Amino acid sequence: MQAATFNPTQTSLVPRLLIGLAVALTLLIVVAPLVYIFARAFGEGWRVYAENLLNPATLHAVWLTTITALIVVPVNIAFGISAAWVVARFRFPGRSLLVTAIEIPFSISPIIAGICYLLLYGRQGLLGPWLADNDLQVMFALPGIVLVTMFVTAPFVAREVLPLMQAQGSDQEQAAVTLGASGWQVFRRVTLPNIKWALLYGAVLCTARAVGEFGGVSVVSGNIRGQTNTLPLHVELLFNDLNATGAFAAASVLTLLALVALVAKTVLEARKAR
Amino acid sequence: MTIAISSLTKSFGPTHVLRGIDLGIEAGELVALLGPSGSGKTTLLKIIAGLDWPDAGALAVDGQDWLALPAQKRRIGFVFQSYALFPHMTVRDNIAFGLTVRPRAERPGKSVIAARVDQLLGLLQIPHLADRFPTQLSGGQRQRVALGRALAIEPSVLLLDEPFGALDAAIRRDLRRWLREVHEATKSTTIFVTHDQEEAFEMADRVVVMGEGRIEQIGTADQIHDHPASPFVARFMGAVVELPVALRAGRVEAAGLDASALERRAMADGPARLFLRPDAIALEPDAASPWVLSHKASNGAVIRATLRREDGTELPVDLLRHSAPEVTLGAAYRLRPLTGAVFSAEGAAQSGGPSPLPLLKEHRK
Repeated sequence: MQAATFNPTQTSLVPRLLIGLAVALTLLIVVAPLVYIFARAFGEGWRVYAENLLNPATLHAVWLTTITALIVVPVNIAFGISAAWVVARFRFPGRSLLVTAIEIPFSISPIIAGICYLLLYGRQGLLGPWLADNDLQVMFALPGIVLVTMFVTAPFVAREVLPLMQAQGSDQEQAAVTLGASGWQVFRRVTLPNIKWALLYGAVLCTARAVGEFGGVSVVSGNIRGQTNTLPLHVELLFNDLNATGAFAAASVLTLLALVALVAKTVLEARKAR
Repeated sequence: MTIAISSLTKSFGPTHVLRGIDLGIEAGELVALLGPSGSGKTTLLKIIAGLDWPDAGALAVDGQDWLALPAQKRRIGFVFQSYALFPHMTVRDNIAFGLTVRPRAERPGKSVIAARVDQLLGLLQIPHLADRFPTQLSGGQRQRVALGRALAIEPSVLLLDEPFGALDAAIRRDLRRWLREVHEATKSTTIFVTHDQEEAFEMADRVVVMGEGRIEQIGTADQIHDHPASPFVARFMGAVVELPVALRAGRVEAAGLDASALERRAMADGPARLFLRPDAIALEPDAASPWVLSHKASNGAVIRATLRREDGTELPVDLLRHSAPEVTLGAAYRLRPLTGAVFSAEGAAQSGGPSPLPLLKEHRK
């Protein structure tokens, strides 16, 4: 038997075959659709692309998605840090339950989250009559979209920050306290610098997901063109309108956002590993 | 600052970590809390620092109730076993931290802080490391920075948790002497926790021996060595040879034992236990003794001899190779202890028990 060491210069068939297969699959599954999005978006020239992007409904979808992300990401950063801090620093009954609860959104299909929110806040829902009486519109409006997106992206920051906080322990924070630092000073000058790369990494993942979320939002937004249509929903709408170029133009915006997030994620991963 | 601790207790769930601690520490004193792991010494230190809270008891510093004072307000210099340096700050910023977090009204000016840091870097003998980050330092250097950071706030009390635990032997010895010098220079009341007797005795004015959440004995090296207050302290101090003996008119008696070098004890006649250190036993040839030399090995300086009785009991004796008389395998020897501690039989079975001397467990007020 030959020793099973990997040597790329070796003219053995199996490694070459496997590498070839991996490259072919990547091209087929990842690269080809990406290239195709841009090919179709620009297929009828720059002018048509720009026209499609500057369509009021598309612009509104971009704006709505941006607003949603701008609300959701900071809230999730605050939630993630608090949850990680509580779990890492304190022992209390129900602690492991909390850890599990934070992870729930990962294991539940977003569409189920959407339906739950609909049943809770919708007109026929549990809180519906009360909300209607007080003239509060949650479903088929921005609040519903934000709530579902928050639910779906809740674990991202907490999951990145928690292991780091646990590994670092509380010695540094205690040292800062004995040196006279207030709670806020301890957080800003000791805790935060220690977790900042993991925090940014979690925030990037959270942003990417918030921008791209489809299933949950589609249930609670009502798909009202120019009003409650986020960018991913808008892509679907355009596609159903048989406006392929418009759909691909909108999709290209999402794709660009995803690529930016990917680059940021790679850079942050390198920083985090230091 | 004088520290007065009384009846301090603390439990973690069913585990009693502190079972009633009474301790007084005088201003400017350097005190060691010595004990095996699990004796509660670190918990006591953290309570003094305000990083942990007792279930009951009192802690007063210069007459002020510290249990009503949060850690931030105690002006404690706490040096962690892990050093707990801030990894994203330079040595200079680490040392300055305690000064820069003060409220604006009390905060010294930038130039004052810089001057104070420079002065400390000099005292710590690390001015050349000012702009390094903690990851670029060796263990001993980190230890110095951690101490500098604690001293920068001119602490009322300096607390050190196993300060040299993570360092190798040579650096340890160096730092011990140096810490003692720093203490002489700053005169701050200092308490440090250690499980290393040598460290405790070499550095401290007084050593507090702790075991299972209690103070077993307080004293100087000589006092604790020569007159351990309990079987626990005797064993912890290395008196691992434990012999059943009989007490008669204050003298211990046993077959093969010549206790003439031991002083008389003011204890009642009856069964007792004698605790001896292997290096405080001399051997004298005596054909009538039941102890036979069964094994010996030399490490160059010390001969470790093993004596064996017919019933299979073995005991170790350490003899200085150059000064002790030659011993031969298979010969019978009489044990002649130079120092030893005697506890009544029932006292030795439990911990505590009557002490051979007037109790050394005193509080200094």
